[in-house]
Amino acid sequence: MAYAKDLTAIRLLIASHKRWDLVFAVCGVLALMVGILTFTALFVDMALEGVPRLSWDFFTNYPSRRAAQAGILSAWVGSCLVMVVTAVVAVPLGVGAGLYLEEYAPKNWVTDVIEINITNLAGVPSIVYGLLALGLFVYQFGFGQSILSAGLTLALLILPVVIVATREAIRSIPVGIREGAYALGATQWQVCKDHIVPYSSAGILTGIIIGMARAIGETAPIITIGALTFIAFLPPSPIKAEPPFISFEWLTSPFTVMPIQMFNWTSRPEAAFLQNAAAAGFVLVFMTLAMNGLAIWLRYRLRKNIKW
Amino acid sequence: MPTPLSSSRLSQRRARIVRERAIEVVLFLAALVSVFTTVGIVYILVKESVVFFQQVSIVDFLTDTQWTPLFDDAHFGIMVLLSGTLTSSVVALAIAIPLGTVIAIYLSEFAPFKVREIAKPFLELLGGVPTIVYGFFALLFVTPVLQWFYPALPGFNLLSAGIVMGIMIIPYVSSISEDAMRAVPMNLREGSYAMGATRFQTATRVVVPAAFSGIASAYILGISRAVGETMILAVAAGMQPNLTFNPLEPAATITAYIVQVALGDLPHGSIGYQTIFAAGLTLMLFTLACNIGGHLLRKRFRETY
Repeated sequence: MAYAKDLTAIRLLIASHKRWDLVFAVCGVLALMVGILTFTALFVDMALEGVPRLSWDFFTNYPSRRAAQAGILSAWVGSCLVMVVTAVVAVPLGVGAGLYLEEYAPKNWVTDVIEINITNLAGVPSIVYGLLALGLFVYQFGFGQSILSAGLTLALLILPVVIVATREAIRSIPVGIREGAYALGATQWQVCKDHIVPYSSAGILTGIIIGMARAIGETAPIITIGALTFIAFLPPSPIKAEPPFISFEWLTSPFTVMPIQMFNWTSRPEAAFLQNAAAAGFVLVFMTLAMNGLAIWLRYRLRKNIKW
Repeated sequence: MPTPLSSSRLSQRRARIVRERAIEVVLFLAALVSVFTTVGIVYILVKESVVFFQQVSIVDFLTDTQWTPLFDDAHFGIMVLLSGTLTSSVVALAIAIPLGTVIAIYLSEFAPFKVREIAKPFLELLGGVPTIVYGFFALLFVTPVLQWFYPALPGFNLLSAGIVMGIMIIPYVSSISEDAMRAVPMNLREGSYAMGATRFQTATRVVVPAAFSGIASAYILGISRAVGETMILAVAAGMQPNLTFNPLEPAATITAYIVQVALGDLPHGSIGYQTIFAAGLTLMLFTLACNIGGHLLRKRFRETY
C-alpha cells in the first residue's frame, strides 16, 4: 500500500535526521574533551617536571646562577606585596564604581560613556596597560620601576572585572529591599551600606577573587614597566622595630614577581633551569586554581542559599 | 519661631544632605577612574607615537618590509610584526571559534544538567591559567609533540603558540556564546520542536540565528584576546622579526616585540623606546577596529523578543 510505504519513508527520514543529533552530541563531547585533556596534560606535565624540585629551600632561597640552589623567595614575596597594593586600590574603586552605576547614576550621556568605557577596557590587551604604566606611572609620575607602579597597573587591569561582578551582584537584589529601607526613612547611602553592599558581598567577593587570580598570573604588563628578572634581596620590611612601626619604603623598592621569575627561567637553555620554571609554574597554577576554585565554590553556595 | 529642638534637627538634616552628596561625588569619581584610564592610554600612546612619527614617516612604517629598529641601519616596517600577529591569531581562532561554538551549542542545547554543571567550572579554570604557564606548555610540550609528527619544525614556531592560544581562548568564546543562546526564549525552541524539528535542526536553524549578535561578540572578544596575547608568543614563537604568513616558522608579534624591548635596557626617550608605543598604538587601533566592526555587526543582526 502506498500509505505504508510513505510511513516507512517518513520514519527513515526522521531516523536520518535524528542521527545528526547523535553526531553533534558526540562532536560536543569531543570538543569538551580537547579542553579537558589539554588542561590535564598541562597540569600533569607541570607536576611531573616541577614537583621533584619543590622543597622548603625552593621557597626560601633567592634566585641563583646555580639552578639547584635557586629559589623563589623574592618572587613570591614580590607577588604578595604587589597583590596587596592591587587589592587596596582595585577593591574600593571597583565596588564604588559598581555601586554608583547601579544605585546612583542618572540616565544620561555621562553614564553611557562610563558604561561603554568599562566594556571596552575589558577588551584592551594587558600589554597596553603596561605601556600606559610605563609612560604614566614610571616616568610621568616618577614612581619608578617599583611595587607601587606594578600594583597600580594590575589594579587598573582588574578594575573592569570587579566592577562587572559588583554590578551583577547588586542587580540580583530585589527592588523591594530598597523600597522597604527607604520607606523607613533611610538615606541612599544608608540603604547602600546597610543593605546593598552586605547582601551582594559574596558576589562581589567572587569577582575580587577572580580578578586577583588574573592579576597574580599577569606577566606582560609587569615586564613592560621594567621589573627586573634577577632580584636577590627582599624589599624593606613594612613593619619596623622602632616607632612609627609601619614603613611604606617597600612601595618604591625594585621587585620581581612569580610569573617573571618563571619567564626568566623558561628563556634559559639549561634543562635544570627549565625544571625550576616548571616548579614555579606548578606553584603558580596551583595558586590560581585554588583562587578560581574558591570563587566557583562561593558562587555555587550563593546560588543554592539565597532565595529572595 | 522654630523651637531649639527643631532647629537642631534642621541642621542635622542639612549635615546629612551634605554627607549624602559628598558620598555620591566620591562614588562618581570612582566610576570616572575607568574613563581616566582610557584617556591615559590614548594620551600616552599618541604622545610617544607622535615623537616617533616625526622621525619615521608613516608610509615607511606601513610599507617597509624590514623591522630592525635597534640596528644602525634602522628600518621600521610594522608589516613584519603584524604578519606574525595575524598568522598566530588565525591559527588560534581556527581552533577557538569552531571548538568554542560547538561546546557552547552542546552545553546550551544538548548536554544533561549534570554535564553542564561540571563542564562549565572546568572551562572557567582553563581560562584562569596564567598565560606564562601556557607559554611554557607550548614550548616544552606541544612543540615536541608536533615535531614528532613533523620533524622539520623549528623549536620556536607560530603553530604551537597559536594552537595553545586557541585552547586558551575556547572558554571566552564558549561561555559568552552559551549565555547568548540560553537567553533565547524557550517558546522559540518549543515552536520549532512542535513543527517536528530535531534538536540539531532547532539548535542550528533557530537558536544560533536568534543568538547571533551575542555569538558575534564572543568571536570579537576572542579575536582581541588572540591579537593582544603576549606571553605565549614571547616564550614559544621566538622573538625574531620575520615577515611570514607560514605558521611553521618562528616570528615575532607586536606584543612579543614590546616584551623584548622592555626586557632590554633602553634609555627613556630613545627611538627604540618610542617604537614600543607606536607598536602599542597599532595594536590598540587594531582591537578598536575589531570592536567597532563587532558593534556594527551586532546592530545589524540584533534580534529582540
